[in-house]
Amino acid sequence: MSPASDNPAIDTIIDRLKDLPGALLPILHEIQHTVGYVPAESVPSIATALSLSRAEVHGVISFYHHFHSEPMGQHTVQICRAEACQAVGARELEQHATRKLSTELGCTTADGTVSLEPVYCLGNCACGPSVQIGDEVHARVTPERFDTLISGLEKKQ
Amino acid sequence: MITVYVPRDTTACALGADAVAEAIKAEAAKRNLALNLVRNGSRGLFWLETLVEVATDKGRVAYGPVNAADVSALFDAGFLEGKDGHLALGLTEEIPYLKNQQRINFARAGIIDPLSVDDYTAHGGYAGLTRALAMQPQAIVDEVKESGLRGRGGAAFPAGIKWQTVHDTPPQQKYIVCNADEGDSGTFADRLLMEADPLQLIEGMTIAGLAVGATQGYIYLRSEYPKAHAVLQAALANAYAAGYLGDNIAGSGKHFDLEVRLGAGAYICGEETSLLDSLEGKRGMVRAKPPLPAIVGLFGQPTVINNVLTLASVSSIFEKGAAHYKSLGVGRSTGTLPMQLAGNIKRGGIVELAFGSTLRSLLEDFGDGTLSGKAIKAVQVGGPLGAYLPESALDISLDYESFAAASAMLGHGGVVVFDDSADMLEQARFAMEFCVVESCGKCTPCRVGSTRGVEVIDKIRAGEQRDDNLILLEDLCETMEFGSLCAMGGLTPFPVRSAIKHFPEDFGG
Ligand SMILES: Cc1cc2nc3c(=O)[nH]c(=O)nc-3n(C[C@H](O)[C@H](O)[C@H](O)COP(=O)(O)O)c2cc1C
Ligand code: SF4
Ligand code: FES
Repeated sequence: MSPASDNPAIDTIIDRLKDLPGALLPILHEIQHTVGYVPAESVPSIATALSLSRAEVHGVISFYHHFHSEPMGQHTVQICRAEACQAVGARELEQHATRKLSTELGCTTADGTVSLEPVYCLGNCACGPSVQIGDEVHARVTPERFDTLISGLEKKQ
Repeated sequence: MITVYVPRDTTACALGADAVAEAIKAEAAKRNLALNLVRNGSRGLFWLETLVEVATDKGRVAYGPVNAADVSALFDAGFLEGKDGHLALGLTEEIPYLKNQQRINFARAGIIDPLSVDDYTAHGGYAGLTRALAMQPQAIVDEVKESGLRGRGGAAFPAGIKWQTVHDTPPQQKYIVCNADEGDSGTFADRLLMEADPLQLIEGMTIAGLAVGATQGYIYLRSEYPKAHAVLQAALANAYAAGYLGDNIAGSGKHFDLEVRLGAGAYICGEETSLLDSLEGKRGMVRAKPPLPAIVGLFGQPTVINNVLTLASVSSIFEKGAAHYKSLGVGRSTGTLPMQLAGNIKRGGIVELAFGSTLRSLLEDFGDGTLSGKAIKAVQVGGPLGAYLPESALDISLDYESFAAASAMLGHGGVVVFDDSADMLEQARFAMEFCVVESCGKCTPCRVGSTRGVEVIDKIRAGEQRDDNLILLEDLCETMEFGSLCAMGGLTPFPVRSAIKHFPEDFGG
């Protein structure tokens, strides 16, 4: 038995996936998908279930840009920083976005609405600049369009 | 009933395809018209997305780029009968951008319903597997060798030779791993293939399993591709249901299982040994070679690891035969390469051509110049580790050998165009910065060299001891090139050096 993590949803995920070969990434994905991030309190249970040290589990979480060990904003907005988007104004868009949201890449707005994250390519390189909000990619995102997308999120509050 | 096609592909949806599909349904209901709406993959003509197609007696007729607001006008103009008028492009197959391609990997893209096994088989799918099932494993490997197929992930290593090594290891648990990490900026061919024709990849991996005696496959897909993930999951379920995967493939008694695993936003996990570590649930650290993954691969077992396009090509090689495949291309670059036109380009998308056309023809005849209308300043081919080519170098032939001779890299076929507003010092700086962000950290030249590289470029920009710092930068490049374990650190100098060489004016020269 794994030690309980105080979160039954997390324990269920670990129990369900722990016997997969190479189970750690699938477990982390599922936890982040369900909880929104990978809470520190889940690390000991994962470690026990997979016979790893806590340091090893922590090392994996911190290695991958996708996994977060802190709660995220209500919406995750990823701005593509890679070359094909740079060629059509991604640098300007990034500056605009950080000004507009008064936050840095990799941070969450003061009101907790938006986490602004860098991403290196979304496979939409023919129609950049690209922005992903949740699971939705947006193409040809000008600063104006960025503002429209953000005000759409704020309305969803 | 009339069939209307609206793509479900990432780029089409990013340009509003879902809203277009909804608008078409709503408008049809309002007008009391029955229609069959299929969400196809994309044809890869992204500059025309959302590209709506209608099936007519003469063939499919295209309209685009369509926005939701155009839909009612399309109905008024009689698009359901394929009439000319609003946004009409005529027969899809006659659009020159498509017609002038030589599509093998993308022959079915946008034509079929990506999830339908019936559609797939009706368009030649699984004919290759049927043939392979009647062959001995060695004969399958020989056919791949005969085709001359080379890896499409970057290094262009002959696929058949890799397969032979795995085939020759003693019988034990072996694996087929598909590298679907597609981390290079400017590339989306893997994504489009998985979203538009996923069964082609599934079939290719199954054939690979038969060839080397592997019963388990994994597709390592980057987490940045949620749509491709959903399509692959659904296509896998359908392939299982139709008996093309599992323990009795197409009634042959042969066994192959296939699963998708997600990456987690690390560019280095596209490097094959780092990918294997990641699949095993570890940090994606690059392993020293030897041992080759073909001998000691996933979970220490013999493993074929190939790119999406490499494995997908196998299904058409078996459908049409190695000789047909080999008849396309030039020299040792056989078959076709799907080039991806990206960045500042008017007509971005997939252009699949036999090897041997020129970069200029690709950019001018297909791409139609820059999106901004300004002159082309630089083109980066082959992803973030590829060299920047100046306008004067665009007549280069699109094949592996010509690019290698020019200290450049064709790689996965991504072509990123920059107009004359680009600052090449910024681009060189970004190459170093990207290496800082994405280095796995194992070797000092890569990890520390790239950090120093950013600092030195900042000094050059500030005009501090320019000449000395340029020499220092070249020293750093040399250390990275020769002291790095993998191409992340080893090739980052290429975009940097090419920027300095071809655009000295941007470095204060
Ligand atoms: C830093 C780095 C990133 C790579 N990224 C990818 C990738 O995203 N996709 C891919 O197929 N190959 C990538 N490769 C190449 C793989 O290491 C490997 O050569 C490839 O998976 C072999 O398949 P192929 O022979 O079919 O090309 C990368 C290599 C390096 C050094
Ligand atoms: S070159 Fe960089 S990415 Fe490659 S193994 Fe060394 S540190 Fe890791
Ligand atoms: S570079 Fe931005 S989507 Fe590919």
